[in-house]
Amino acid sequence: MGVIEALGRFFGKDNSTLSKNVAKERLRLVLINDRVDISDSMMHSLRNDIIEVICKYMEIDEKALEVTLSKEDDGVALVANIPIIKVKRQNA
Amino acid sequence: MGKVIVVTSGKGGVGKTTTTANIGAGLAKIGNKVVMVDTDIGLRNLDVVLGLENRIVYDIVDVVRGNCRLRQALIKDKRLEEMYLLPAAQTKDKTAVTEDQMKELCENLKAEFDYVIIDCPAGIEHGFRNAIAGAEEAIVVTTPEVSAVRDADRIIGLLEAAEIRKPKLIINRIRSKMVRSGDMMSVEDILEILAVDLLGIVPDDDVIVISTNRGEPTVLDEESRAGQAFRNIVKRITGQEVPLMSLDEQPGSLWGRLKSLFRGNN
Repeated sequence: MGVIEALGRFFGKDNSTLSKNVAKERLRLVLINDRVDISDSMMHSLRNDIIEVICKYMEIDEKALEVTLSKEDDGVALVANIPIIKVKRQNA
Repeated sequence: MGKVIVVTSGKGGVGKTTTTANIGAGLAKIGNKVVMVDTDIGLRNLDVVLGLENRIVYDIVDVVRGNCRLRQALIKDKRLEEMYLLPAAQTKDKTAVTEDQMKELCENLKAEFDYVIIDCPAGIEHGFRNAIAGAEEAIVVTTPEVSAVRDADRIIGLLEAAEIRKPKLIINRIRSKMVRSGDMMSVEDILEILAVDLLGIVPDDDVIVISTNRGEPTVLDEESRAGQAFRNIVKRITGQEVPLMSLDEQPGSLWGRLKSLFRGNN
């Protein structure tokens, strides 16, 4: 940690708002997508298929649904964040 | 047998041509026989950066088409003993040269020169594939900006796919003040993202603009920091180990000037 950064922390300057950290975080995300080479249209289809399956069982907030790729320690993970409104009662 | 090194970046405007000119001139200055090849057909610029634009007779397309002998197309620099330029064609189509022709050209050049430095056009298409076709090693130039680093990552992937292993990175136009205030990604930040070996760092320096205006490579300017940065890079290319230059010393500050006075370099 540089002296300036250390002082910044000491005086309560939030590191995550430094523009270089914003740049790093945005790059990290964009490179995950670039490296796996999954097209936007494939991600879109995947998202729609996930919604279709989950809707059989639950009512979900489709607008807030997020499907993203994220970098794990050794590899890339598909992360879906799906807010549930309510679980459907099965009338079997 | 010489070495064929391609200088590439993906994104335009990050300093590929300036880097090529300075590495080429720096290698020639310390006694190597060097040829620089401009492969940016239709948008040639290495000639003006080197100040050789008035001496072009033949170009790379003339050579591959057999309109002239290779020797006739090489422009010999008058300032440095063994520095030559093979200029790009300005008026021809960019598909005028094929990958096989480039490979053959590189083979012929490296039989005669210690270093063949290839200036690659921006982009990842025909011109890029031509430029890397005959290269054994690659230097990737980037700047501390999101767009340039992203493109560098893409280029590194493409180079590795083309079996040009272990490309080396130059980070250009670093502004130490902005890095210190956290408003520019540092060398460490970029290396963490790209996971590639570093060849060197070049500070953002007004001298580059001035020397480009004059058509004189900055590396020959003993006073400037950017010149020093390129001299360090050249030494590393020849296999010497040179520590990274400190970005914190501003030559304009009293402290920086005092230090450089005592050390003879900065």
